[in-house]
Amino acid sequence: MTTPLLRLSGLTKAYPGVVANQDVSFDVQAGEIHALLGENGAGKSTLVKTIYGLVKPDAGQMALQGAPFVPAEPRAARAAGVAMVFQHFSLFDAMNVAENIALGMENPPPQREIAARVRQVSDQYGLPLDPSRIVGELSAGERQRVEIVRCLLQDPKLLIMDEPTSVLTPQEVAILFETLRRLRAAGTAILYISHKLEEIRALCDAATVLRLGRVVGTCDPRATSAREMAELMVGSSLHVPHKAARPEGDVILTLQGLSAKAPHRFGTALREIDLTVRRGEILGIGGVAGNGQDELVAALSGEIRTARDMVQFDGQGIGHLAPNARRHLGLLAAPEERMGHAAAPDMSLTENALLTAAVRQHLTARGFVRWGKARAFAGSVIAAFDVRTPGAGNTARSLSGGNLQKFVIGREIMQAPALLVVNQPTWGVDASAAAAIRQALLDLAAKGAAVICISQDLDELMEISDRFAALNGGRLSDPRPAQGLNVEQIGLMLGGAHDMEVAHVDA
Amino acid sequence: MIRLEKRTAPSRFWTYAAPLLAVVLTMVCGALLFAALGNDPFVTIRTIFWDPLFSEFSWYYRPQLLIKAAPLVLIAIGLSFGFRAGVWNIGAEGQYILGAICGAAVGLAFYPTESVFIFPLMIVAGALGGWAWAMIPGFLRVRFGTNEILVSLMLVYVAQNLLASMALGALRNPDASGFPGSRNLARYPSATSWINEGAGLHWGVVFAFIAVIFAYITLSRHIFGFHVRLSGQSPRAARFAGVNPGLLVLICMGISGALAGLAGLFEVAGPSGLISIDFNAGYGFTAIIVAFLGRLHPVGILLAAGLMALTYIGGEIAQSNLRLPAAAIQLLQGMLLFFLLAVDVLTHYRVRFTSRRVV
Amino acid sequence: MDLSAINPILLLASLMVAATPILLAAIGELVVERAGVLNLGVEGMMITGAVCGFIATITLGSSVLGFAGAALGGALLALVFGILTQVLLSNQVATGLALTLFGLGLAALLGQGYIGIKAPVIPKWPVPVLSDIPVIGPILFNHDPVVYLGILIVAAVWFFLSFTRAGLILRAVGENHDAAHALGYHVIRVRLLAIMFGGACAGLGGAYLSLVRVPQWTEGLTAGAGWIALAIVVFASWRPWRLLLGAYLFGGVTVLQLNLQAAGLAVPVAYLSMAPYLATILVLVMMRAGRAPGSLAQPFHASR
Repeated sequence: MTTPLLRLSGLTKAYPGVVANQDVSFDVQAGEIHALLGENGAGKSTLVKTIYGLVKPDAGQMALQGAPFVPAEPRAARAAGVAMVFQHFSLFDAMNVAENIALGMENPPPQREIAARVRQVSDQYGLPLDPSRIVGELSAGERQRVEIVRCLLQDPKLLIMDEPTSVLTPQEVAILFETLRRLRAAGTAILYISHKLEEIRALCDAATVLRLGRVVGTCDPRATSAREMAELMVGSSLHVPHKAARPEGDVILTLQGLSAKAPHRFGTALREIDLTVRRGEILGIGGVAGNGQDELVAALSGEIRTARDMVQFDGQGIGHLAPNARRHLGLLAAPEERMGHAAAPDMSLTENALLTAAVRQHLTARGFVRWGKARAFAGSVIAAFDVRTPGAGNTARSLSGGNLQKFVIGREIMQAPALLVVNQPTWGVDASAAAAIRQALLDLAAKGAAVICISQDLDELMEISDRFAALNGGRLSDPRPAQGLNVEQIGLMLGGAHDMEVAHVDA
Repeated sequence: MIRLEKRTAPSRFWTYAAPLLAVVLTMVCGALLFAALGNDPFVTIRTIFWDPLFSEFSWYYRPQLLIKAAPLVLIAIGLSFGFRAGVWNIGAEGQYILGAICGAAVGLAFYPTESVFIFPLMIVAGALGGWAWAMIPGFLRVRFGTNEILVSLMLVYVAQNLLASMALGALRNPDASGFPGSRNLARYPSATSWINEGAGLHWGVVFAFIAVIFAYITLSRHIFGFHVRLSGQSPRAARFAGVNPGLLVLICMGISGALAGLAGLFEVAGPSGLISIDFNAGYGFTAIIVAFLGRLHPVGILLAAGLMALTYIGGEIAQSNLRLPAAAIQLLQGMLLFFLLAVDVLTHYRVRFTSRRVV
Repeated sequence: MDLSAINPILLLASLMVAATPILLAAIGELVVERAGVLNLGVEGMMITGAVCGFIATITLGSSVLGFAGAALGGALLALVFGILTQVLLSNQVATGLALTLFGLGLAALLGQGYIGIKAPVIPKWPVPVLSDIPVIGPILFNHDPVVYLGILIVAAVWFFLSFTRAGLILRAVGENHDAAHALGYHVIRVRLLAIMFGGACAGLGGAYLSLVRVPQWTEGLTAGAGWIALAIVVFASWRPWRLLLGAYLFGGVTVLQLNLQAAGLAVPVAYLSMAPYLATILVLVMMRAGRAPGSLAQPFHASR
């Protein structure tokens, strides 16, 4: 029996009110891709931050190649050969690729030498990158490559990857997997964090499953079915949303050559979008992050104003209308970012109910707020959508991500929209809450409302959509019936591996 | 080791206790400062914080408190709207001066006619003057994205120069040759803001109370107040809720400018009486402290203005009776704001003492 | 009025002198803002530096020690701001304003016994050879050492930010403090050092006013110079060399205005005195500001 590369024994970390990790023990072998599997809130992030030296455990030990491993800070972890690719990228938008890479290295060589080594590593692992480009202007896939190259330049023994595929197209995922396999062949161990079971079955050699901070099982993912792993992860059998047959309704929304400038420097412009949506249908819009999703939601909600006839609702041009005028007509929206966009973190749920429901629920009279009515409305959302909170007087920030998302989606659905636009409705939400949200969207459509669901989770879109379209560089593809689309076709609609082209490299 | 943990909701206890703690800490440090300056710390603290209210001469000082507090309340109430919405009007001093100039100009133009319409006209002119001066940074921010902090501040220096030129030029009293200042409006019955000079009561005091009530109702009951608070906390959520950010900036700037202008007008037509080079007393800057000390809450501002007026009056007494330098009072006020900002951490964070080590 | 009384060479030479205090304060603030901190207390640190420098010069009898004292005074006051905003997480805008109010009071108190005293004259250091060049020599190379020091600091800051690892880390902290923290950099430590550097520079700028420009101690002698320094940082889009341009532009307006007053232009003095402030506003409006550091004025708290 060889010494494992990394051995964790009895790691425990508690935060006020929650035990993030409890007595976590497992081994990672050299030259192995080891999956760490678990739902949101299972304690995966805390665990990898512990390994990377960002979090100090309350109890337990780690050993790297048999020697005690107590990284006081990320610098020490990097020096010991541990590298990490973050889920929310640890990149600096206004700096170029070479500077970003230098910041992640212990003793970086001069910039010119970094550029040369970036090119060398890029070629070796098939990750084309131009060292002089500004990171803020790169696509999500390219940004991830910056992180990976930054790690590879230090010849890590252990590479930690936190949910690396959530921002990639299927084709990009394939390229990433090829890179990881090459690394494994070179003897590097990879700790691969994900909740996507099919990926893990395709890639990993071993898997450890976390639930509520504890290790609940280990398995060989190649020999275990996705269903078995899912049940280990969730701890119970899952509710699968029920999709009822729906009659085709009248056209409610028409977009005609919808174009809009990017609202900020690193935003995406919308280009010539044409679309019709009917009552009673769910239109799924896929796309890699940063291809115009936020801007499309803003153009529909009224946060971005356009020419009048670019957006037509029920036959009426509304492109020039402000958000509340559109709400009055029945067009409601729930943006992606819960904290600070869809909801104000430091305000109570009652105040957050007032935020979008003032018009349709008549929560004001001559400009004066009817607080009693607002409280009652917030209470009804909390009750109907099973939002776990002591009461409507609590702040939005005190809710977990899943509960706040249920509140935000519920707040719009309870206002009986004619058209609801949602962006990433289940991002960062645990499986049971996600299923509840999807079911609520299906129920809404069954009652005759139209739903536009924008998401990066293709499984989700395939599960609930009637038609599917893809956003790519601010353009929307022609929608196609969702039934019968396969992964290859979807990948091509998303833009395939277009930004993997080597063309960027020789600039 | 000491660690800070963010609370999920602000502590109710510390919301109210923190300002009191800040005042106590300021008194302690102030006492040390006064001792270092060679004064008896206890006597000095008593002179500043106690004597204006309860000494044998308090019949004289209490009206003075009202006179000092009224402009502070007016200006701070206006600022609190902007500060809550993330609109940083730091140039209230300039708007205050412009209000005084415009209001006084209208009054002086009618001299010596007597009419009941003159004073209301002056009020309108004062408010408009302050409003217009505040519109400059407001408009520049909305139209060109110019930083309103810097522009409103630059305009304070411009306003001070304008005041000097007015005192020496256009508004100069033609009957008092050589005296750099205007006619005394307090001696012009149709233009004075005094209601009862002996009691320290002028129209500014009345308007200050109205402003507090108006602000309280707007912030807690009206959708505009909700939008102001929302814009300050989450600008993106505010846009999503249908707030027009540019319009909000202009309205907040307008409210604070108009109220500062009113404060200037009431001051020039009453306690000060005339436009002169040393007309401005720094109310516009002190009101910033008052606004924060009162936690941007109308009732809090009322109390904070009272406290600040106390340090002014008490400071003047200490200056004449104990020979305490005027700058020491200014330092005390700065210290008060520092302590307030420092103890605020207790409202939003929980302080934990940890001793656990990594095993 | 007599425009011929204005000597263009002397005008340009005095422009460099007039620009120096603002240049010093602004280059310090530029470093602070590149680290992601907005310190609006420049005016307060400047005037504290002015009085500290003046007192140190008079009591210790040395202008060099005077400037050192000014830098120390400015840095200590800045440290108060640093502890409040970085450790106690107070609002940077409010704390900066408090620092200005506090600094004005502190300086007035400290300077009480020094009103009316003349500061010793700081001799000029003409650069050998270069100062003999006609026109350019007297404009550029015949100044007191602090003028050169100011330009030197700008060059040093430019080199530091562009070419050193520490400069890269400072920019990273200002650009995205969460990412910098995730990579293991000490956000608070970097920021505290930057804040103290900013305070020291503001102190030097203030001392230049009280020891060279005026040269004596009077209350409120900074007269908004600190605020103008803040404006110039925005004007410069947070880039050191553009800062130099901004400071000279401002110095030019100031000097011209003073010269026009002296030449007896038929405009009241009060209106001419407004010119620097109006010019600053105009510049702020005309220049489209570049992109501010990503984390500017955001509070940083390392949560889980």
